[in-house]
Amino acid sequence: MQAWREFRRGDGKCQSNEAIICLLMKKLQAIQDVEFTYDSQQRPPPALEEFLDAIKYRDLIYQLVLRDIIARYKRSVLGVFWTMLQPLGMMLVMAVVFSTLFHQIHGYVAYVLSGLIAWTFFSQTTSAAIFQIVWGGVLIRRIYIPMTSFSISSIGTGMVNLILSLVPLLIIVLIVGRPITWALLFLPISILLLTAFTLGLSLILSTMTIYFPDVREMYQIIIQAWMYLTPIVYPTTIIPETYRFWFLHLNPMYYMIDMFRAPIYDGALPALDVFIPGALISLITLVVGWIYFAVKADEFAYRL
Amino acid sequence: MGYLCVMKPVIILDNISVRYRAPEVRVGTFKEYAIQILKRQMRIKEFNALSNVNIQVNEGEVIGIVGRNGAGKSTLLKVVSRVLIPTEGRVRLRGWVSPLLELGAGFHPELTGRENIFLNGTLLGHKRREVETRLDEIIEFAELGAFIDAPLRTYSSGMTARLGFSIATTWKPDILILDEILAVGDENFRNKCNARIEHFRKEGTTTLLVSHSIDNIEALCSRAIWLDRGVIKASGSVQEIIAQYQHIQ
Repeated sequence: MQAWREFRRGDGKCQSNEAIICLLMKKLQAIQDVEFTYDSQQRPPPALEEFLDAIKYRDLIYQLVLRDIIARYKRSVLGVFWTMLQPLGMMLVMAVVFSTLFHQIHGYVAYVLSGLIAWTFFSQTTSAAIFQIVWGGVLIRRIYIPMTSFSISSIGTGMVNLILSLVPLLIIVLIVGRPITWALLFLPISILLLTAFTLGLSLILSTMTIYFPDVREMYQIIIQAWMYLTPIVYPTTIIPETYRFWFLHLNPMYYMIDMFRAPIYDGALPALDVFIPGALISLITLVVGWIYFAVKADEFAYRL
Repeated sequence: MGYLCVMKPVIILDNISVRYRAPEVRVGTFKEYAIQILKRQMRIKEFNALSNVNIQVNEGEVIGIVGRNGAGKSTLLKVVSRVLIPTEGRVRLRGWVSPLLELGAGFHPELTGRENIFLNGTLLGHKRREVETRLDEIIEFAELGAFIDAPLRTYSSGMTARLGFSIATTWKPDILILDEILAVGDENFRNKCNARIEHFRKEGTTTLLVSHSIDNIEALCSRAIWLDRGVIKASGSVQEIIAQYQHIQ
């Protein structure tokens, strides 16, 4: 009350109680309006907010990747070497199984492996992202985290595996006598475009999984079918010529695979009619997936 | 009114409503979804977990929230910790919110205690560098000793809870959210926890406490809010609210 009396005395113009209350309310409003760190009515657009928060939480993403890698190999003797050995072993099995069928391809093993390395990254990462959003749901109900962290960290883990398995792959390419050329320097671009496509699709699939948990099981079947529809273990020439063009060009993974196969297997840059549509598909998928996920993200906590 | 001028509002909830919309029958597959849509049988049930809730909490206040199960207490905490975006209304917060909703929710059993500290610290929104500087302090408070480099699956539940609490309370939060966590660990550790929360309060941390224990609320809070079926039934001084609440019970 002391402050009240002082206030009345200090401001001669303000005599009536209403006027003082009015002034005080304004003052109070001014205090309230400044320096709130969070205001649910003044948030940036969802896609931008998600992006800024993902950058802010980059250390979490790093830590999630580290967790995946540590947890996976902790109890094995060879540890992180399995990152190289496991895809390599799997690829070799595929190569041996199918090489009797397609022995007309020179250096068939390198042909399969160059495609399979991209495919393995794609299928493992998308599946991991779907799994992660379900696991992350437990956390999302309790603390605030940008939800794209889970998909991005899956990409990170996949990227580590991809880069590590490039080492044994290049050795195999040398052994089977395929040319090693400067075109290999194109690989970082291939990896980036594949990553963009995979992240975009992961975000779309994660969102769908939250609404329909069955997506997770269904996707396992789809990815299996998709793999056999993509020329990974077989040459494109076995597809009947009449509908070969559409068969290949309607499949986004055809472009992604070819952007790996051209530099690794052919020792050449990918053709422009592969690179341009491939790059467009990647970037559009990423933008669409990101926006779709971010717009829906507010609802996730209601659903999980 | 002069009193209000000095106080700095830290949490302002304006007309908050949280509305869940769920189909009456759970739809889990596309097939069911498609069938339901075709038959136009999607009966949607709406229910308000919170309706038109207005709360203002000033800096340094400790607010107790009482109410029966399903009254919307946890939903309210979720709104404040930014987990739930309210269907209607406006939330304004000042400062960093530390959620203590469930200790150790992000722990991984195969990682060591030390590795889990980094994971959990970054989940709370801290930088790795910040975790690094507080590492010794966290380990010491959790009383884990040599166990800190053993995988978490070898920990007892008490050890896990101690580690979780230690990580979450190493940084002084501006807003602390407590959902029935005071029943953690043994007597000795519980006292340590309470001392830490008390310390935060003295340093100006604003606290929201949900507890079924009226004693806890009475001992810790300055003000109480009584929620009933998503509506604020009463709010005021702790003694007043608890007297009313217990009268009804």
